[in-house]
Amino acid sequence: MKDFMLLFRQPNYDYSKAPAAEFQALAKKWQDWAGGIAAQGKLTSNGTRLALEGKVLKAGGIVTDGPFVEIREMLGSFLIVKADSLEEATTLAHGCPALDANGSVEIRPIMG
Amino acid sequence: MEKEQTSLKRLFQQEFSKMVAVISSLFGLQHIEIAEDIVSETFLQATETWETKGTPPNPTAWLYAVAKQKTLYYFRRNKILRKKVIPELTARQENSEEIEEPNFSQQNIKDSQLQMLFAVCNPAIASEAQIGLALRILCGFGIDEIAEAFLSNKDTINKRLFRAKEKLRTEKVKMGLPQENEIVSRLDNVLHIIYLLFSEGYYSKTQSQILRKDFCLEALRLGLMLTEYERTNLPKTNALIALMCFHASRFSARETSEDTMVLYEQQDEALWDRELIDQGKHFLYLSAEGSEVSSYHLEARIAWWHSMKEDTQEKWENILSLYNQLLLVNYSPSVALNRTFALYKANGRQEALVEAEKLKLDNNHFYYILLGELYKGLDNEKAKLNFQKAYSLAKTQTERQDIQEKIDNMP
Repeated sequence: MKDFMLLFRQPNYDYSKAPAAEFQALAKKWQDWAGGIAAQGKLTSNGTRLALEGKVLKAGGIVTDGPFVEIREMLGSFLIVKADSLEEATTLAHGCPALDANGSVEIRPIMG
Repeated sequence: MEKEQTSLKRLFQQEFSKMVAVISSLFGLQHIEIAEDIVSETFLQATETWETKGTPPNPTAWLYAVAKQKTLYYFRRNKILRKKVIPELTARQENSEEIEEPNFSQQNIKDSQLQMLFAVCNPAIASEAQIGLALRILCGFGIDEIAEAFLSNKDTINKRLFRAKEKLRTEKVKMGLPQENEIVSRLDNVLHIIYLLFSEGYYSKTQSQILRKDFCLEALRLGLMLTEYERTNLPKTNALIALMCFHASRFSARETSEDTMVLYEQQDEALWDRELIDQGKHFLYLSAEGSEVSSYHLEARIAWWHSMKEDTQEKWENILSLYNQLLLVNYSPSVALNRTFALYKANGRQEALVEAEKLKLDNNHFYYILLGELYKGLDNEKAKLNFQKAYSLAKTQTERQDIQEKIDNMP
């Protein structure tokens, strides 16, 4: 088993207009999804959430405000999972709530 | 006559750990057998004397007085002690050549017992050995009782205890509370041993239900001991006690005359011990402090939800959420299975089945029991197949009987 990092991106994390019940339901969705991976004994680290402010540094010393890279999606958080292959790690990513918010999950093998 | 014998046995069991602790704090852990011998001899003398002269008005005072005499006598007679132990003692006492007599005051008994608890629950020794020592030295159980609980024999247990005491010697473990910077991590180990001790009692396969209940109560007593000291009276200590109270409250409901475990769903709520549940709530409340969420906190909350038998959506959603968190802190196959059951109750059978299939706990008969339960009513053929697989993997006659019943009850 190797470790893989799952990075979650969404175009938008503004839930200020969402009613409390929707927010709770979303939290439950994330928790149940991560719990499902944990139940299989495949969660290495629950990762952490990232604050929404940030900067991007590019070649030539260019620094831009805001955690936006070329694509219109912001990195929200990450998880580290255990799997035998990149395909299997990708299977674990299914059902991730970021996908419901028009976002994406990037899956990367961890080296070393 | 028999009643008197049982109460003598109880008295001796209670006093054994107190007295061994106090005397060991004098002689040092290297000579723990001396302390055990002195106490055993004291009990022997008590049994013989009280049989003819009757029980004295203050039995514990009698025991302490005789133990003191024997300790001093032993000291004076034993050259090795004089040469090796006394120099160490006088270094501690700062002056006299006089032998300190064992101090059986309430405070010193408490202090010595706490020190002994930390000495015995030492990560340098294998955890099996720690439990064995705890049962013998801290809880005063007899070798045959310990053997019965572990479904083992006296020889094996004696060897285990002997090796454990050897380890205490070679690792030079001393009585005395760990240093400030170590106490929290050492406390984690102590809590873990208490938890294992409780589980031994709770899940033990031995026939003697009284013995199992005694184990649980002793574990509770050790936990409570920790709450009497500021440095060990932490939220996670209270959480562990709450957890033990909630589980213990269902003890009577779990027993039946046919030696089978009555599963939660079928328990008679009226047999639950309300006082223990209330105690549990009290300690759960105390544990809700600080920022640490230990696995004991999560388990205690789950146990609290289970202390309310009614099946509500709210209950199961909360339990699911707690199991999700528990898995992050403390993964184990049985937690994963319990989580999946909670998922079934909270989110429905379809989702639970999908998740259950992913678990792939192929050698675990509980896994197949869960799958069987989930398929029941949906696909009875599959349910039966899973129950049969569970049957083939089951380890005890009792378990096989239970599973057979499930198969027989299928339409």
